[in-house]
Amino acid sequence: MNDMRPLERAVETKEIKFECRDCQVYYGDTHAIKDVNVDIEDKTVTAFIGPSGCGKSTFLRCLNRMNDTIDIARVEGSFLLDGENIYDKRVDPVQLRAKVGMVFQKPNPFPKSIYDNIAYGPRIHGLAKNKAELDEIVEKSLRRGAIWNEVKDRLDAPGTGLSGGQQQRLCIARAVATEPEVLLMDEPCSALDPIATAQVEELIDELRESYSVVIVTHSMQQAARVSQKTAFFHLGNLVEFGETGQIFTNPKDPRTESYITGRIG
Amino acid sequence: MTDATAQGPDASRPERSGSLIALDERTRRRNRSERRFRLYGLIAIGIGVLALVVLLTSILSQGLPAFQQTFVNASVYLDPAKLDKNGTRDIEEIKKVSTFGYAPLIADAMDRKMESLGIDPEEFGLSDKDALEMISKEAAAQLRRYVIANPDQIGQTVEFRFLANGRIDGYYKGRVTMESAERDSNVSPAQLRLADELKADGALGTYFNWDFITAADASENRPEAAGIGVAIIGSFYMMLVVLFLALPIGVAASIYLEEFAPKNWFTDLIEVNISNLAAVPSIVFGILGLAIFINYVGLPQSAPIVGGLVLTLMTLPTIIISTRASLKSVPPSIRDAALGVGASKMQSVFHHVLPLAMPGILTGTIIGLAQALGETAPLMLIGMVAFVREYPGAPPEGFFDPASALPVQVYNWTTRADPAFVERASGAIIVLLLFLLCMNMIAIILRRRFERRW
Ligand SMILES: Nc1ncnc2c1ncn2[C@@H]1O[C@H](COP(=O)(O)OP(=O)(O)OP(=O)(O)O)[C@@H](O)[C@H]1O
Ligand SMILES: [Mg+2]
Repeated sequence: MNDMRPLERAVETKEIKFECRDCQVYYGDTHAIKDVNVDIEDKTVTAFIGPSGCGKSTFLRCLNRMNDTIDIARVEGSFLLDGENIYDKRVDPVQLRAKVGMVFQKPNPFPKSIYDNIAYGPRIHGLAKNKAELDEIVEKSLRRGAIWNEVKDRLDAPGTGLSGGQQQRLCIARAVATEPEVLLMDEPCSALDPIATAQVEELIDELRESYSVVIVTHSMQQAARVSQKTAFFHLGNLVEFGETGQIFTNPKDPRTESYITGRIG
Repeated sequence: MTDATAQGPDASRPERSGSLIALDERTRRRNRSERRFRLYGLIAIGIGVLALVVLLTSILSQGLPAFQQTFVNASVYLDPAKLDKNGTRDIEEIKKVSTFGYAPLIADAMDRKMESLGIDPEEFGLSDKDALEMISKEAAAQLRRYVIANPDQIGQTVEFRFLANGRIDGYYKGRVTMESAERDSNVSPAQLRLADELKADGALGTYFNWDFITAADASENRPEAAGIGVAIIGSFYMMLVVLFLALPIGVAASIYLEEFAPKNWFTDLIEVNISNLAAVPSIVFGILGLAIFINYVGLPQSAPIVGGLVLTLMTLPTIIISTRASLKSVPPSIRDAALGVGASKMQSVFHHVLPLAMPGILTGTIIGLAQALGETAPLMLIGMVAFVREYPGAPPEGFFDPASALPVQVYNWTTRADPAFVERASGAIIVLLLFLLCMNMIAIILRRRFERRW
């Protein structure tokens, strides 16, 4: 239980990156997210925890408007990114998603070479002026995805030929390659072994230097290890949101306490 | 967890015999039914294969003779006095000599041939005219084409293969016998005996018949000269029209409907209509083509462009349905991945979804084309059954010239009286099947090339 105890961290107030107010999400008639208010800080790792089906992924997908692709999904409320509502009519979701990158729950590399998987984002955003720069971005991203050593000799091999865990790290590398400001990660480590998990957690910690990271996880230990803020969702409600240390040691809501001690979920 | 343990492990366990080696009754019954099912499957496949074999052997046995043709070898003197009276060798002058002008040359050539072989038609009870009837009426036209193509040969004596009459040809293909010749006004047993004599002397022989593939159709009483050249060109032109219209329109429509269109009652309606269109009998498209393209727009009858447009309408639903199915089969996670790194909808479709759907799209397109290639009914309505002797010109004007189409040509020949045309029709079917086979091969090769096994 040692690692359940969060590290003592300097609690500092940071700029707010995402300000979400009165958020509602409906899938047809299902009310999946109810009245959620949350502030996601810049240069912070925010963890979303909660039992399966409580709406963590749904809320995460609101933050880069991936729910737009689901016909029956309807999103209400205001999501302010740096003070601008991302659901404003004038906002182009494509531009938004370049700023807010995402790693999905299931690894989904493109059926292309490892190199092209990483290079795709930088290419379409014009981040590299020439091949050498692109090579550099690819290498840097793969290193940050903690997968460089495994794939450096076979960059032309198909990305889908990697193991599940390697694919997920490839997807993480792909997401960071476009240099987003916010990185959304939906259970990025659910298919990874402890070593790779540790590497990804290290990466997340490193990303915190410059980005805001939101991570959905089922592992309480992971939430405790990597995050500074934790949000606990239950049946579509945001039950509790606060400092990770406080949530894990001194939860205010009885539901949070039951969940983190393993009684509901 | 709790339910399973509550009852205790023994309460619900069924009685089983102890040994794994002795099969129990249940297992035996299951195995029996599995064996039965496999047998049914084998029988079904057997019936299918048998039907195919019967079909192919019947078509091949009837149609392969069309690729062989009986010819009479003779050396013909291209008399300048008859072919080019002024001696100018002016091609326009030479063209003025009709086939009637060539008939005496052939008669002369035959006379000399018989003489040199020491055969006297009288011995067979045949007049010179009877003997000459063994040569096809097309032979004069054949010689005329040769002279027009090679005017410098005038004045020379050239070895020439004259088409033999269709009945003589039928004799060597087993269609005509001595008994049937008795009752036939077009051929007599004596002529057949003379033909045998000529064959023994090497003056008459059976050779591969290129003309069948390249020549135009011939009239009712000259089956020996009929070919599928015009039909092949017509079919080819129509396939070009279909490919260049149906593929882009179909794929664009499918991509729009599948990836961009909002899902509402209107797009649902369109979807239902497309599915219905795929089931509309092809003849309806023919009527549509007649009403719109010929009567309203005023495009010429029997033209490949009209046929192509009609077939495009017919093929579009097939292409749209198969393209949409293959777009649908691309996992949504790929789209999410592309959108997730900030690709636009269009980029995600064209960079990721379309390449993955390509094999399916190509297969659907080629199946649609193959369907169109074999379509007969709508083409008959727009006048492609007409007897066309002239080759259509080169594209693009050629699209507006009258032409025939392979399946229509087959239909056309089967309606003619002379059984020699049945052989021609079967031969044309073989060519049609070969084309279809080629298209399917192309589909398979393209699928292999585009398919990512990763
Ligand atoms: N595409 C969809 N269409 C309809 N309902 C959906 C859809 N996606 C999610 N839901 C519903 O929304 C609710 C929240 O789902 P969500 O995927 O956000 O859960 P989650 O917290 O991510 O769960 P897990 O931890 O298992 O991933 C669930 O009740 C689910 O049934
Ligand atoms: Mg989820």
